[in-house]
Amino acid sequence: MNPLLRVDDLARHYPVATATGQKRMLHAVDGVSFSLAAGKTLGLVGESGCGKSTTARLVLGVLPATCGRITFAGAEVSATRDRHWRALRRRMQLVHQDPLAALDRRLPVGEQIVEPLVIHGLEAGAEARRQKALQLFEAVGLRPDLFERYPHELSGGQRQRVVLARALILGPELLVCDEPISALDVSVAAQVINLLQDLQGRLGMAYLFISHDLKVVRQIADEVAVMYLGRIVEQGPPEALFHAPAHPYTEALVSAVPTLQRGTRERIILRGDPPNPVDRPAGCAFHPRCPRAVARCREEEPVLRPASDGRLAACHLVPLATDAQAAAA
Amino acid sequence: MTLPTPGDGPGMAALLPGMQAPTTPLLALDRFSVAFPGANGPVPVVCGIELSLAPGEALGIVGESGCGKSVTWLAALRLLGRGVVTSGEVRLGGEDITRLPERTLARVRGGWIGLIFQDPTSSLNPVQRIGTQLIEVLRLHRGLRGDAARREALRLLDRVGIADAPRRLRQYPHEFSGGMNQRVMIALALAGEPEVLIADEPTTALDATIQAQILDLIRDIRRDSGMGLVLISHDIGVVADLCDRVAVMYAGRVVETAATQDLLGRPRHPYTRGLLAAMPTLGGPRQRLTPIAGTVPAPDRMPPGCAFAPRCSLAIDACRTQTPALVLAAQDQRAACLRLSETAIAPAAAATAPVGAFA
Repeated sequence: MNPLLRVDDLARHYPVATATGQKRMLHAVDGVSFSLAAGKTLGLVGESGCGKSTTARLVLGVLPATCGRITFAGAEVSATRDRHWRALRRRMQLVHQDPLAALDRRLPVGEQIVEPLVIHGLEAGAEARRQKALQLFEAVGLRPDLFERYPHELSGGQRQRVVLARALILGPELLVCDEPISALDVSVAAQVINLLQDLQGRLGMAYLFISHDLKVVRQIADEVAVMYLGRIVEQGPPEALFHAPAHPYTEALVSAVPTLQRGTRERIILRGDPPNPVDRPAGCAFHPRCPRAVARCREEEPVLRPASDGRLAACHLVPLATDAQAAAA
Repeated sequence: MTLPTPGDGPGMAALLPGMQAPTTPLLALDRFSVAFPGANGPVPVVCGIELSLAPGEALGIVGESGCGKSVTWLAALRLLGRGVVTSGEVRLGGEDITRLPERTLARVRGGWIGLIFQDPTSSLNPVQRIGTQLIEVLRLHRGLRGDAARREALRLLDRVGIADAPRRLRQYPHEFSGGMNQRVMIALALAGEPEVLIADEPTTALDATIQAQILDLIRDIRRDSGMGLVLISHDIGVVADLCDRVAVMYAGRVVETAATQDLLGRPRHPYTRGLLAAMPTLGGPRQRLTPIAGTVPAPDRMPPGCAFAPRCSLAIDACRTQTPALVLAAQDQRAACLRLSETAIAPAAAATAPVGAFA
């Protein structure tokens, strides 16, 4: 079966000047590959600067890739804004962190939900468009009387629902969610997580779900990819990754999550900050912070390959899958 | 430098005539209320807070945005500017500090009570070197100058885990990462050798692995110095990690307070239970989340009676008219709810979820 979204060896580099005026390359995304089946959720996690949001913008074709290939429903995604691009963009939509910034403050929210239909010339007639928008308004759990309100009159959770309704009105097959609930309070975040799950169940779109919050990702994702300095370092089902992380970076991330069971496990404290992507360390990029690094990690760059249980890991210390296992996987 | 400082000798007792050296409690809020100016008169945002902190204790304050968790402590230290009306007492070592003249209170801030905030980079002066900012605080609160101040600044940077301190002292905040700047903020807060550190969302703007470093540092410093801690956070996990006791705030009031383990293990207020059930977890089976219906009411549209009643599944008619007081719900556990008899047994599902079922 062909996946809905396929990303092969995707990279995005930026030329930058260092403090001394030298020209260097910043590798924001550096050889990322993954695929996402229709109706499924892939979680992308990692700390700031790991390239997860850049990956999202590349996938949507709003940012041209330096190299690599993105295939969506069999068609290649490019960032050239032609008719083909427009047709594809209709089928993939973005929801990002700050709903207030995503909405136009001078337009009633209902009008903003209708707008995509106007832009893409769908649903003839203002009344038909309005009816469609009201349907979605209800689907995301908003009261119809809020339709004529302005964004500032709504709460944060209601605004994020409006953004969702606007993204869904074109019937997309892929929703790219970039930290969609990070700005919301706990009780409201739970409402939106449940809503995202319900909508996926009903409408069947796939989610590329980007978050720094492992607990939220584990709640919603079918598969998780952990990024560090522009690359995927581990990928697999959430239960495997979060309960028995293979890569030392995943292990540190999981260990850093504050839990309610105090003192039940030793916390791994990584030294220092993530390195600057301009000065990517030689060998494994994680080795300067890795508590388990050996000599080989400083010299040889680990590739992302199947581990014995089928997940992917880019670490010299993770036992390799045997050839038979790899063939089966 | 004539004013005595907490770091050397007589301290607060000499600063405020008639004041005793800090005994239990170190810091106490007594019927403390805060109102903001509004179009139709003052709008109450924090009502009748009763909280106390024993010397060396770590108290966590949790709640969602707008519940007044930060405002309470900023107003207690008179950091919210004119127009904000407060009532009630803020007692430091038994002495009410709400009536202190500004100059004296300025010595209390930093000298007795250190403060760190969410966004370290904007809390620092961007056009001054880190060293200049540290040495200024050391001069103000400890009367240190010249070489002595510089030596102490180096020691403080080293204490908060900043390597290569001599070079770092000459650098500016923009040359530091967010985590490093938060370490600098902690060094600044420690410079006055305070008895209490108030940390307002100290790790919220930081990445997960950096958050772990900073929490670890705060824990470490407390172990060394016995400094009290008030940790304000929206994340119960962060609070549970560091604090002995937790107070849960909702709509400007403390709705429940208990020892951390009790609060997590057998929460009594429906709001606390709701918060715990709404949180996704990393351990245990993956279950659908149970959100709390509705949203937090705005301060100028506060419902009558219990402010949580419109969102509460246990609410009865009385909840909509009577404001519940914070009463004893169990040993060392207080909750402000009229329906405490209903929450006496079955604890919230989230708190009883089997631990490590997947481990």
